Amino acid sequence: MGLIETSMTDVLKIENLHVAVEGKPILTGVNLTIRRGETHALMGPNGSGKSTLGYAIMGHPNYEVTDGAIWLNDENVLEMAANERARAGLFMAFQRPMSIPGVKLADFLRHATTNVRNPERKEGEELIPMREFRQEMKSKMQQLQMDLDFARRYVNDGFSGGEMKRAEILQLAMLQPKFAILDETDSGLDADAVRLASQSIAEIGGAEMGLLIITHHDKLLEHNPPDFAHVMLGGRIVETGGVDLAKELHSSGYDRIRKAYPDAAAIEQVMNEEETQVAS
Amino acid sequence: MATDITTDALESPVGEINKYDFRTETTGIFKARKGVDAEVVNQISDIKNEPDWMRKFRLDSLEIFNSKPMPKWGGDIAIDFQDIFYYLKPTDGQGHTWDDVPAEIKDTFERLGIPEAERKYLSGVKAQFESEVVYGSLQEDLAKKGVLFTDTDTAVREHPELLREYFGKVIAPDDNKFAALNSAVWSGGSFIYIPKGVKIDFPLQAYFRINAESMGQFERTLIIVDEGAQVHYVEGCTAPMYTTESLHSAVVEVICKKGSRCRYSTIQNWANNIYNLVTKRALAYRDATMEWVDGNLGSHLTMKYPAVYMMEPGARGEILSIAFSGKGQHQDTGAKLVHCAPNTTGQIVSKSISKDGGRGSYRGLVKVEEGATGSKSSVVCDALILDPQSRSDTYPYIEIAEPDVSIGHEASVSRIGEEQLFYLMSRGLSESEASTMIVNGFIEPLVKELPMEYAVELNRLIELQMEGSVG
Repeated sequence: MGLIETSMTDVLKIENLHVAVEGKPILTGVNLTIRRGETHALMGPNGSGKSTLGYAIMGHPNYEVTDGAIWLNDENVLEMAANERARAGLFMAFQRPMSIPGVKLADFLRHATTNVRNPERKEGEELIPMREFRQEMKSKMQQLQMDLDFARRYVNDGFSGGEMKRAEILQLAMLQPKFAILDETDSGLDADAVRLASQSIAEIGGAEMGLLIITHHDKLLEHNPPDFAHVMLGGRIVETGGVDLAKELHSSGYDRIRKAYPDAAAIEQVMNEEETQVAS
Repeated sequence: MATDITTDALESPVGEINKYDFRTETTGIFKARKGVDAEVVNQISDIKNEPDWMRKFRLDSLEIFNSKPMPKWGGDIAIDFQDIFYYLKPTDGQGHTWDDVPAEIKDTFERLGIPEAERKYLSGVKAQFESEVVYGSLQEDLAKKGVLFTDTDTAVREHPELLREYFGKVIAPDDNKFAALNSAVWSGGSFIYIPKGVKIDFPLQAYFRINAESMGQFERTLIIVDEGAQVHYVEGCTAPMYTTESLHSAVVEVICKKGSRCRYSTIQNWANNIYNLVTKRALAYRDATMEWVDGNLGSHLTMKYPAVYMMEPGARGEILSIAFSGKGQHQDTGAKLVHCAPNTTGQIVSKSISKDGGRGSYRGLVKVEEGATGSKSSVVCDALILDPQSRSDTYPYIEIAEPDVSIGHEASVSRIGEEQLFYLMSRGLSESEASTMIVNGFIEPLVKELPMEYAVELNRLIELQMEGSVG
């Protein structure tokens, strides 16, 4: 039995997930199962909870899970700190990654790569040998058509929007996670840049990962055709389909969805009103 | 671990080291009695066999010390001046053996990767024969160029003409109470003279002074860089410095003559019971450049503000200062730039990190004297606070007597952001690895100015501090 299980595909399973931020409920019961090798598109209007789902999976301390569970195979993800999740094979490409002044991208990446490859490594233990690491990074950078000087710059410090996204994809390429969440990796990019990003994700082995692509744009899906498309509204996934659903939402928007799921649409409206009140 | 001794530290490490005194006393070394008065000062002068002018200088300084009140600003100084030994005859170092050095210090050396010969030097054990041979050839090389590099005690005897001209001229005994104390009881320190036009292209390190009096509590350093000459002097080390007393009060004087260039780099990591009260000042003449690179870790209280007085047109002063305050520590550090002549340029970059309730204060002065038209100065001070218990303050003073100058001041205080930590952790770094990386990034602009081996040591030291395992 054990033998059969290890040879089975890795599975990331989200069950009835409820998440609150500063006491305010954002996710209201998300169910989603992703198998390694599958590509899932996650769509939905702004504020529906897409990024929140990503942060909750990755373990951001401000995103409080109030109910439900996340499993990576038979491991309880909610019991792990963010770094343990990364070492277990989870990854999130952020929409606006933080800058870390004074820390070179290459140094950061060498630590990250070492830790993810040797999940048992303790602080202060040896890193991947410099030469070996450099060679690998260099070949990935060439694949992504990135200038090698880029690795000497400080992490996201003074990066343009496009550079940040490419640096995130480089990290994805180096870390080769089991599951990756791409949070609007296309936002702020022009059409050519989106196409390059889409192609890059496919080239670095995206098909072997379980991908959860959060996007408004069907261009990012061009080279990564989704096996499933999900629509989120009012903090939960209300409809799941295939490529056709993704195309429909991209061209026609969410009016049909709101009409079809009045309960979720009502929650969305309450959240939006609260948001407006806070703003005013 | 070692940090546990921080706040109630005053007793234990001193007691620990007093064991050496007991030991060395049995081998017959001299130690002045506790406290400071004319008798003790005379005794010091006798033992060193000093000329009368130096004896008089010491005794005059003692009077100034006694008449000056304690500074009312900075940190809380609780020192009983009569409960301190002011002089230990340098040969007592020979009484030390490597076996006497506490395991904790040895362990830190090990972790810092300090070469063995250097470890012995740093822990007060006299240098080994084999290292004398290594550095002997270096000394010969310097001597051929006319460079003088010795301890200041020897310089008083061997180079009286230079000493009488420059000693105590940059920092007079009446400059402040601790400069007066140092002037009365000083011992050890480096004396360097670089002749006209001579450029030393490798850093001179205090460690090279083999067989010289080791660095003491009241060391006195004097550097004279003659016209068009260049030198980089590196003092101290990132290894923890242990002294036999809880007060370290040094005076460092630098003279940069026309067109010369001097960089003085210090990284010091004191035991947590030490009051580290140091006066450092340089005079830069026409088109000369003086740079201080000053890193402070450890100690109970450090008060240190390296200064550059730009005396003639075209002079330039740069000060890079970094301070790390941990539990029970207050780093009151900063810099002074004094523009005394037209078209002089100054720059201060200060970075402070506070952790575990530590306090970092930036205290700086930019002063433009009358007539110093067209001068420019910029000050950037950044503080990084690692937890809510820790504290950072900024005390910038600006005094300008001329309208036609450009003075810039920027200050920032940041806390290690949850978002930055999360970002690094989401890539597999542990929380402490992530914090260390952020801190090392914060000081990177300064670290890259250091010689390679010091940069590496400083980064490693910060890592150990972040683990909280180094005292």
